[in-house]
Amino acid sequence: MAFLWSLASLISLEGKGHYIHWHFIYLSVANFIVILLMVLVFLAALFVPFPGRASRKESK
Amino acid sequence: MSTTIERQWTTRLRKRATGKLPPEKALPDTQPAYVASWIYVFGVATIASFVMVILSGFILALKGPQWWHVSSIGHFINSLHLWSVEILFFSMVIHLWGKFFMAAWRGGRTMTWMTGVVTFLVSIATAFTGYASQTNFDSQWITTQAKDGINATGAGSFFNVLNLGQMLMWHIVLLPLVAVLLTAVHVVLVRLKGVVPPFDDKTGAAK
Ligand code: HEM
Repeated sequence: MAFLWSLASLISLEGKGHYIHWHFIYLSVANFIVILLMVLVFLAALFVPFPGRASRKESK
Repeated sequence: MSTTIERQWTTRLRKRATGKLPPEKALPDTQPAYVASWIYVFGVATIASFVMVILSGFILALKGPQWWHVSSIGHFINSLHLWSVEILFFSMVIHLWGKFFMAAWRGGRTMTWMTGVVTFLVSIATAFTGYASQTNFDSQWITTQAKDGINATGAGSFFNVLNLGQMLMWHIVLLPLVAVLLTAVHVVLVRLKGVVPPFDDKTGAAK
């Protein structure tokens, strides 16, 4: 539990939020990080080999 | 006698259903080789997180806001509900990207794609009414910010974001019901049509 509290204090939620503002694009840094993570997981899903793929017999 | 039985709606419905989707096709033993990729896991990841959303939502509904705002188990289940929603959208978006780049609407799969699109929109509405139902300063802020825009569309006549009772009902009755039904139809359609073959498949199986 204490460990979880120390994790929570890594990110301070006090004070103003952080935002990215570039021309008409306006979003919070938190949402931007989530989008980056989705792109990363998407690429991983395409390129990380699926376990047992080689040994699997083709069936249609 | 037998013709009367043939004409019963139960008999006709069973024959149609089992003819179109026999058990081996509904719950198959194997899948084509190209399905052995992580990208195909995200549809099921979406279902798994959706199940968690519904189960944690049941507990929240049983115990009520006084409980989820003050007790530590209440906070935990509330967080479980929120984070399952985060994972639901995370996996749904990756699922959507995957199907988009595969053009998985090919070969008569238009309705699979469209039920996905509508489920996505319904999920956004469900999440929004959830934020509106928190009964805290956050929900007050969100609803007072949203009201003018939504009222300007005319939807305010039946969808009043400042009406907490109504928002809660949309969130826990109407929208989840639609989302569950749409998801069920979506998955049945996937089984009916089979998984879409890759682009370079020249066997014509996509047709
Ligand atoms: C609650 C949301 C959703 C759930 C639970 C869900 C679930 C699934 C599952 C389990 C599959 C089969 C396995 C797979 O290919 O991943 C599938 C296939 C599919 N999904 Fe979804 N999905 C959802 C949302 C969406 C969305 C937003 C779209 C696109 C707009 C979409 C489009 C498709 C298509 C086109 C297929 C068929 C793929 C094929 O035939 O190979 N789905 N879905």
